[in-house]
Amino acid sequence: MEALLSNVDWTEIGWASWDTLIMVGLSLLFSVLIGLPVGVLLFLFGKRQLLEQPVAYAVLSFVVNVLRSVPFIILLIVMIPFTVMLIGTSLGVAGAIPPLVAGGAPFFARLVETSLREVDRGIIEATQAMGASVRQIILGALLPEALPGIIAGITVTAITLVSYAAMSGVIGGGGLGDLAIRFGYQRFQTDVMVITVALLVIFVQVLQMVGDRLVLYFSRK
Amino acid sequence: MIVFDQVQKSYQVGGRAIPALHPTDMTVETGEVFGIVGHSGAGKSTLVRLINLLEPPTGGRILIDDENITDYDAAELRAFRRKVGMIFQHFNLLSSKTVADNIAFPMKLAGIYSKTEIRERVQELLARVSLVDQASKYPSQLSGGQKQRVGIARALACRPTILLCDEATSALDPQTTQSVLKLLADINRELGLTIVLITHEMDVVRRVCDRVAVMDAGRVVEMGPVSDVFLHPKHPTTRDFVFESESIDSQELQEDLQRANGRILRLTFKGDSTYKPLLGSVARESGVDFSILSGRIDHIKDTPYGQLTLSLVGGDLDIAMGAFEAADVHVEVLR
Repeated sequence: MEALLSNVDWTEIGWASWDTLIMVGLSLLFSVLIGLPVGVLLFLFGKRQLLEQPVAYAVLSFVVNVLRSVPFIILLIVMIPFTVMLIGTSLGVAGAIPPLVAGGAPFFARLVETSLREVDRGIIEATQAMGASVRQIILGALLPEALPGIIAGITVTAITLVSYAAMSGVIGGGGLGDLAIRFGYQRFQTDVMVITVALLVIFVQVLQMVGDRLVLYFSRK
Repeated sequence: MIVFDQVQKSYQVGGRAIPALHPTDMTVETGEVFGIVGHSGAGKSTLVRLINLLEPPTGGRILIDDENITDYDAAELRAFRRKVGMIFQHFNLLSSKTVADNIAFPMKLAGIYSKTEIRERVQELLARVSLVDQASKYPSQLSGGQKQRVGIARALACRPTILLCDEATSALDPQTTQSVLKLLADINRELGLTIVLITHEMDVVRRVCDRVAVMDAGRVVEMGPVSDVFLHPKHPTTRDFVFESESIDSQELQEDLQRANGRILRLTFKGDSTYKPLLGSVARESGVDFSILSGRIDHIKDTPYGQLTLSLVGGDLDIAMGAFEAADVHVEVLR
């Protein structure tokens, strides 16, 4: 057993796991904080919706599409000057967060838009008929009704961010991905590669399980 | 009082205006149950949504208690809508809120009620719609009839003066429909609420409405007290609706009449005359023989009525007709 995992430095693995956790956690937080309002706006500006705005919708939708169509590995590189400007470095855990958010927020925004569209139009109409303002319709009816969908969206986004965070190892992003590339790939330490991948698999499994539980808890349908 | 003054509505589809409601005049009196009946696509859904401006009109004025609501700004409109309850075919309850929270929702939106006021009002409404035991359940745990009762309680929460019902019983089975209609009738009587309800079932109109408008292709084609419209339908669309609700096949009826001898009369009894033992005495006095070709006896809201189609042979027809009219029976000569 010892010989089989001779290259594995468990302290290093521990720190790398912690870094991944931080990267995913913080980038998920910012992705939700940015993506949720953007998703709500995308929904409201859409065709035949509460604040129909074809021009604003087209602009917002274009920006989201651009960010989503750039492969994440390219986005990581394109973002470097911007990241340096924003937080002083493009390396390590902190340096990985801006590109992760740039990848995660538009992704999450689309998921929010979709889950809001799935709310029965009749509920919006009923809330309007009660004399609710647009703000009240969003906060009082739309978001609570779409909550299970939004939580499922957060789960999917979190899992996407786990894989993005691993990718950020390529440009020196830190975390399990960084470990896998530096030791597993560049030094041919297959045992390190296997352990990091196994940890990522476990991480994703746990996220999915927790997400599914929450969705179930909040679904009243 | 709800007054429509040349109200019209059209939709822009591909640069062309498609009329949904042709210019319409209509008055709904305070405290009455006003039915709007029509096939799907006739414009009745549009018409009821004009009353709370969920659909803004493209022409004309809508006056509610002498105020032109089409002039309201956004804040005035929101305040006005709180005084107009609405219930829907598919209930449109919030699935994420409990029964009690659904009923409390419009009061919370209004922002002018204290927590205690809301709690007490919710209890009162739960009792009115007999759902006290279901207060903490979610809509998905309720039956269709229970959901609609929650819808009604929610619509009443802010003590509206008008209740709009959009096909409120169309998704319910006949028995549940009965109980929901009874609840609506009780509310109308006890609270003096004006109710405007749209339906495609003449039977719903017959049970609860005072007056009715019949719509066809974006126009009101017939309007009046339910007993007039129901017993003496004039427009072909109205006739279709009445025949449909009475399960009368108009072709079959014509064939039956062909086979009968003598004069054919249709007698309409309303109110007290329904119970008078009239046919026998008229037959004795005038010497006519009659056979009954078709007949129905039922209620329009609370008024009993009967309608008989008779063929009369021999005797003195004038005396018979005179006797019927003297007894307040409406006589129509079909042949």
